Amino acid sequence: MAKKSGRSSNRAAPSSSSNFGGSWSPSEIELARRQARQARNKKSALIAALSSFLVLGTLGLVLVTSPGWETLRNTFFKWAYGFEILPKILLGFTTNATLTVIAGTSVALIGLGIALLRTSRSPALTPFRILATVYVDVFRGIPMLLVILLVGFGIPALQIKGLTNNVLVLGTLAVIITYSAYVSEVIRSGILTVHPSQRAAARSLGLSNFQTLRHVVLPQAIKRVTPPLLNDLVALIKDTGLVSILGVTDAVRAAQIQTAKTFNYTPYVMAAIIFLLVTIPLTRWTDRMLRNSYERENAVGQA
Amino acid sequence: MSQAVLQLEKVRKSFGSEVVLEDISFKVLEHKATVFIGASGSGKSTLLRCINLLDQIDDGQILLDGQDISAANVNPDEVREKLGMVFQSFNLFPHMTVLENVILAPTKVQKVVKEKAIDEALELLNKFGLREKADQYPDRLSGGQQQRVAIIRSLARHPRLLLLDEITSALDPVLVNEVLSTVRDLKSEGMTMVLATHEMGFAKQVADELCYLDKGRILEWGSPKKLLESPKKSETKEFLRRLLQAGRL
Ligand SMILES: Nc1ncnc2c1ncn2[C@@H]1O[C@H](COP(=O)(O)OP(=O)(O)O)[C@@H](O)[C@H]1O
Ligand SMILES: [Mg+2]
Repeated sequence: MAKKSGRSSNRAAPSSSSNFGGSWSPSEIELARRQARQARNKKSALIAALSSFLVLGTLGLVLVTSPGWETLRNTFFKWAYGFEILPKILLGFTTNATLTVIAGTSVALIGLGIALLRTSRSPALTPFRILATVYVDVFRGIPMLLVILLVGFGIPALQIKGLTNNVLVLGTLAVIITYSAYVSEVIRSGILTVHPSQRAAARSLGLSNFQTLRHVVLPQAIKRVTPPLLNDLVALIKDTGLVSILGVTDAVRAAQIQTAKTFNYTPYVMAAIIFLLVTIPLTRWTDRMLRNSYERENAVGQA
Repeated sequence: MSQAVLQLEKVRKSFGSEVVLEDISFKVLEHKATVFIGASGSGKSTLLRCINLLDQIDDGQILLDGQDISAANVNPDEVREKLGMVFQSFNLFPHMTVLENVILAPTKVQKVVKEKAIDEALELLNKFGLREKADQYPDRLSGGQQQRVAIIRSLARHPRLLLLDEITSALDPVLVNEVLSTVRDLKSEGMTMVLATHEMGFAKQVADELCYLDKGRILEWGSPKKLLESPKKSETKEFLRRLLQAGRL
């Protein structure tokens, strides 16, 4: 069987029950099936609503009628007070936002650099590869709080001229050091998931090593790790709050200052809400991307 | 007779202690096709990868148009510009459209102006009946169409020699023919090729010379008719007998 134009269609077998015209109407069996399904769905929805109402209602009732409720509300949820000090906390949050942008950008670049270094096979880079591996292992393995303390208080203690004592700068540096280690691992795993044949195909087309990375490997790797990277971004946003330990007036520190004045914890709750307003939408969005990419990956490869 | 496009002299290749190719010598003249057959693991892919300098040989010589491309001072990227290669699978870049796949090497490696590269690419796609797929991503194409695009992509660089490594073995049987007919078209246009394949019927049609590779050695070679119909070595006979049993002859 030879002569056949290249134009032949991809899939042959027509499905047995396909219907081409517009004349189809559901059969008796299908109608009965739909009715049964509908009834079942209605029942499920009813059960879900009823049980939610019962459980959440009971919990709410227990909370509100408990003897400590008044105190609890006055200590954590004093909204009038909360709105009064909101501008101060928002001002503090601009520090978190700035820090996120600066640290996020640096982390992306440094993380990418380390990932490329660790996946390269050039013998000239061997010592750097070893250093990079040690760096990643160390900073992934210690609590970020420790790194912040070490950098934020340790570097000024050296009293070296020319080195900054600015806690904001040092705090940012500590965040960058830690997160670059995390992110480089995420990107590296993405690079490793690109099939070796893709590299071979690119090289066989005459692309240089760098061109292969730039046009073939990295675009696929980054696309694949975008959801986990977004997860890290969410984590970064909230972890910027840790630099408050150095005395940087971020949202957390601003709330702490207010709380120290009044012994009321509403400022903390306000700060938490501000963080949530940013992180929850981002988390939802990440989840959706993750689901989409999972579905895409599983749909592909059948051709 | 013209000078050989490709000539291998006593090529040897091993991975660690495992010798994968040994004493491989053959010539491919212009417009001719040499086809390698042999069991899985006999070294076909390694041979093609060595010719393309993706793997480094341990001994012997590879000459392309008389130039020793296995010499130490050769730039592999320059050699690969003259070679087109298509693999068994994972050929196309999934994040690029068909057109982007085809123009990547011409624009980035050969620095052809983008508009010109696009024109040429569309012309090639049109010629092989894939013009309307130009803006699609590879995952929207059938496996057969993907392999044909891969062939077109390697043609866009006007290679001296095309290396095809079992390009149909990952395909559904119904899709094999469209790919093979593309290769037949190229052959009839005079493209010089080295192929590895399991499709004996096809090998018979396109091969000017057929080589049976067994454990890294060319055990027997000759015209397809001679090799398939009156093999001399017992290993070749056995291989062909097994293919026959599997219904692939
Ligand atoms: N990169 C590699 N490292 C080690 N062994 C390899 C490598 N590539 C191929 N081989 C070995 O070389 C032999 C020949 O493989 P291959 O050329 O792929 O054969 P074929 O394409 O004929 O099936 C096999 O035994 C295989 O395990
Ligand atoms: Mg193979």
